[in-house]
Amino acid sequence: MEENRITPHCELLLIGGSAGSLEVLFKLLPLLKADLPFPVVLVLHRRNSGDSSLTELLASKSSLFTSEVEDKDPILAGNIYLAPADYHLLIENDRSFSLDYSEKINYSRPSIDVTFESAANIYGCSVVAALLSGANEDGTRGLMAIQKAGGRTVAQLPATAQMPFMPQHAITSDAAGLVLDIPGMAHFFNTLE
Amino acid sequence: MIEDEDIDLLLNDLFDLYGYDFTSYSRASLQRRIERLCMLDKFPSFAELRYRVRNDPEYLKRFVEEITVNVTEMFRDPSFYKSLRDDILPVLGTKPFIRIWHAGCSTGEEVYSMAILLKEANLLRKSLLYATDLNPTVLEKVRKGIFPLTQMKQYSESYIASGGTRDFSSYYTANYGQAKFDSELSEKIIISTHNLVSDSSFNEFDLILCRNVLIYFDKKLQDRVLQLFDASLGTLSYLALGTKETLKFSVVQNKFKQLNREKIWKKIE
Ligand SMILES: C[S@@+](CC[C@H](N)C(=O)[O-])C[C@H]1O[C@@H](n2cnc3c(N)ncnc32)[C@H](O)[C@@H]1O
Repeated sequence: MEENRITPHCELLLIGGSAGSLEVLFKLLPLLKADLPFPVVLVLHRRNSGDSSLTELLASKSSLFTSEVEDKDPILAGNIYLAPADYHLLIENDRSFSLDYSEKINYSRPSIDVTFESAANIYGCSVVAALLSGANEDGTRGLMAIQKAGGRTVAQLPATAQMPFMPQHAITSDAAGLVLDIPGMAHFFNTLE
Repeated sequence: MIEDEDIDLLLNDLFDLYGYDFTSYSRASLQRRIERLCMLDKFPSFAELRYRVRNDPEYLKRFVEEITVNVTEMFRDPSFYKSLRDDILPVLGTKPFIRIWHAGCSTGEEVYSMAILLKEANLLRKSLLYATDLNPTVLEKVRKGIFPLTQMKQYSESYIASGGTRDFSSYYTANYGQAKFDSELSEKIIISTHNLVSDSSFNEFDLILCRNVLIYFDKKLQDRVLQLFDASLGTLSYLALGTKETLKFSVVQNKFKQLNREKIWKKIE
């Protein structure tokens, strides 16, 4: 059928990562093109607050405007947003962020599942989400929610991950539509429309 | 998944039957909390939850407790407390009397942290701390001043990081896994329910702390609450918000000046 060939438009790219994911981003972000037509949201497990220098570090790797989210920031194309330490990052109907200081999920705040599920609710099939290196189960449930909403999901090729557990867990759970290494991810993201 | 329309129905019930207005709360968080509660309390469907809320006023209490987020800590964000110590308390100390309002104080960890700062600055005697929240159950805990002993190691580390130099354990008595904070601190705390959505200003303050409460409100309600704070602040006074909250783009932004990197604003007019 004709419809089957229509790939949904990408309106939001989510990237979740835990241990070992920073190194991946340091390689991946410089490969992203400067005029990405959608926003990128990074949800990373990080040690408690204090490390506000992470935003600057990530910004230095990319030509896209990079900032740490503040409450109710609007979500705009061409920007990279970093989930702040110690809050869950949620998405509202009007496509702005809101923050939530509720219980940790999967021992994590921010939890990747929480943001991915929230994005699936609002953006539905126009979300693309990737899960990088990590030693935690966080992210798999979120990827499943995105798949269910018709969005596309990616896991980092475990052999290329410092901590293969997290992407492997997603793959084993059938939550990853694509399994890609770093250049593969960069190519895929750059060709999304 | 619970639909937006279902949430609307429930919120209307809460307002019509009990006068609680959650309609201007951030939807994304509300939805998560309601789904979580359905799971915790094993409601087979949303309709059952709604029926229970409508017909069981006892359950309403639990509902309100669970859909609001009550997570809190002592000396959370030590650099914030350090700035209170170094920049704010010396100024407030010049006043004959100090009134502080903790709006949305939850179980009171923040209020006791403040009381400790005041004591160390020798200002506790001339201070009063007003601790308010919409949820009566958390306020019971503020009154008792008893927190889990297991948290004390972390709180002690945060206390030291905030510039504290005493032995943190000198502020409480440990008993049966609980830490009971000194009555010298709790004596200065005035506790009352206060709903930021519907209640009005009740005093004039020198410092208002409202941290990690506005994140649960939409922009319109945030503006209303910020105006309430503005009306409750006297001359030479301060407003403190959570680390990711801001006055930027709010209706009161021109009346305040941010002091430093911490989320503390001085009222300028
Ligand atoms: C996450 S806690 C913040 C505790 C503390 N200020 C902190 O930052 O650690 C949020 C608190 O806001 C309270 N709250 C929510 N809505 C409120 C309202 N309309 N009026 C007063 N308090 C409210 C909740 O009951 C909860 O205790």
